[in-house]
Amino acid sequence: MKNVIKIWKWIDDRSGITEFLKPLQDHLVPPDAKWMYVFGSATLFCFILQVITGVALSFLYQPSTETAYESLKFITNETPFGSLLRGLHFFGASAMILLVGIHMIRVYLMAAFKYPREMSWITGVILLLLTVTMGYTGQLLRWDSNGVWSAFVGAEQAGRIPLIGKPIGYILLGGRTMGGATLSRFFAIHVFLIPALLFGLIGLHIYLVIRNGISEPPLAGRKVVKENYREWYQSMLRQKGVPFWPYAGWRDLTFGVIVIVFILILSIVVGPPEIGNPPDPADIYANPRPDWYLLWIFALFALMPRQIESFAMAFSPVIIGIILVMLPLVFNKGERSALRRPWTIAVVIIMATVIGTFWYFGTKSPWSPAFNTKPLSAEVIGNVNPAEMHGAELFYKKACIYCHAISENGGSRGPDLTHVGNRLTNEQLIIKIVNGGVNMPSFGSILSSNDLNDLTSFLMTRKQ
Amino acid sequence: MNKPDIKKPGETRRLFILKFIWIVSGIITLIISIPVIGALIEPLLRKTPETWRSVGKVSDFKIGETVLVKFLNTSPLPWSGESAKTASWLRRISDDQFIAFTINCAHLGCPVRWLPDAELFLCPCHGGVYKKDGSYAAGPPPHDLDRYAVRVVNNNVEIRTSPIPITTF
Repeated sequence: MKNVIKIWKWIDDRSGITEFLKPLQDHLVPPDAKWMYVFGSATLFCFILQVITGVALSFLYQPSTETAYESLKFITNETPFGSLLRGLHFFGASAMILLVGIHMIRVYLMAAFKYPREMSWITGVILLLLTVTMGYTGQLLRWDSNGVWSAFVGAEQAGRIPLIGKPIGYILLGGRTMGGATLSRFFAIHVFLIPALLFGLIGLHIYLVIRNGISEPPLAGRKVVKENYREWYQSMLRQKGVPFWPYAGWRDLTFGVIVIVFILILSIVVGPPEIGNPPDPADIYANPRPDWYLLWIFALFALMPRQIESFAMAFSPVIIGIILVMLPLVFNKGERSALRRPWTIAVVIIMATVIGTFWYFGTKSPWSPAFNTKPLSAEVIGNVNPAEMHGAELFYKKACIYCHAISENGGSRGPDLTHVGNRLTNEQLIIKIVNGGVNMPSFGSILSSNDLNDLTSFLMTRKQ
Repeated sequence: MNKPDIKKPGETRRLFILKFIWIVSGIITLIISIPVIGALIEPLLRKTPETWRSVGKVSDFKIGETVLVKFLNTSPLPWSGESAKTASWLRRISDDQFIAFTINCAHLGCPVRWLPDAELFLCPCHGGVYKKDGSYAAGPPPHDLDRYAVRVVNNNVEIRTSPIPITTF
């Protein structure tokens, strides 16, 4: 044991490890910075988990369009604890994105982005963007039929950038068509390019926290004044600051471990996302969906008015980026307490509601045709004459049922037609079916007048 | 370290070498960035010849029907595996006239499904709908379904492999 200590002392003397770490450990922090402050370090814990599990996965994963799918099945089904490894990586990603969001909201509410911590916020915004991009490219590396279409949708979105969109789309796809080069691109981005940027920016982000000091919890009425803030902060720390470790750091460690435990439990109990059908671009029965954290954007694309779509896709990321980066530059002094900043609270509530609503609808996707629906049963159709019976058949054959439900059979894109006979007259039905609507095709050229009459007479039987 | 003082002997040589090396570094950076950028934009530089692929005999297809045909993309990379496959919705409109629709929705590229009885293409992602001639019917797509070039040669129906249609701004 004495020898071990001797060896350690030698290493420490030559490298200066404790000399470097002790100040970090001992540096003073505001004594009232408590549980609200654990989210940044929790995100870092998740990132470290992602790097470790990611490296482990890269020992097993084959990043080639031809072999990725088989290697995924191999990892999931045959590698010892492979399924757990994949689960850790998936739930680690989900946790990281969730925590990054919570961390951002906390910083925003406490105005910790104000002087002198503007750079922390700006680097944080870039980190947010990179984290979500890692989520997107990571899902794509789960190269099954869903992954293939993720690549297409990504390239198509890039295509909406004015002037240079199409070349960028082809660069993302690795060709003018999907092919051998596609997966390699995303593998390089996910494993090399963005992690390199992440390491650098996270280092900078943490360095800034240490240099500028972790912000003290705000107090209503105590405004940030650039001229004397730094002096005031330092003297406040001298008076009542506590050493980071263990007085504050214990909370970071505790919460971080709790998060990892949660990820572990979810990985064991729920398991990783299933590997779907083979990645065949000719598989027209795919039902492409992003992972949960992007479902709100998925809903946005379905519900946005089509006339503004190109503008929204091309410019809204830029505008949002500019607004986020400008925040600490414009609002860099004054009140920090949320109690004196009602607009801040309003923004958080509104954004949470808006994004939350889109999320909810993204999971239900009522705009998707209900392809799995069956023809109406005799029970639902009930007692009808032959023309009306034919109308009931047409309701399925002509695809009405994919968007309209009758007695809980069918899609929810369009209005429920269970009692449409009470609401509309025969003439109104005819006009609607022939002309269509905003999200409804016109069936005028698809239905003969006999078919139309049978269909509407069936629909008129749908009464309470 | 102080900046080199021109007046001291030997400084002019140092300054000159320094300036020279900066210029060389700049040139080397530019040279090295050529293959690096080349790797990034390789898909744009690669020549993808367009090939005619046979998808069946004319007699295989009924007039007024739309069916799914699958074929290979042009000179796929050897390790493409399944990803080199592509498909088209092929419609025969008369004795010798065909239309080959892309399966990619004009909105964001999801695969559209043809419903023969309803004579509609429906997209599972965001609810886009097209009529049997590919024209826009409902939902978010900004334009009609794109088409591939198709011809009949020696009684064979051939579709020309083409770049994926990307909807632009």
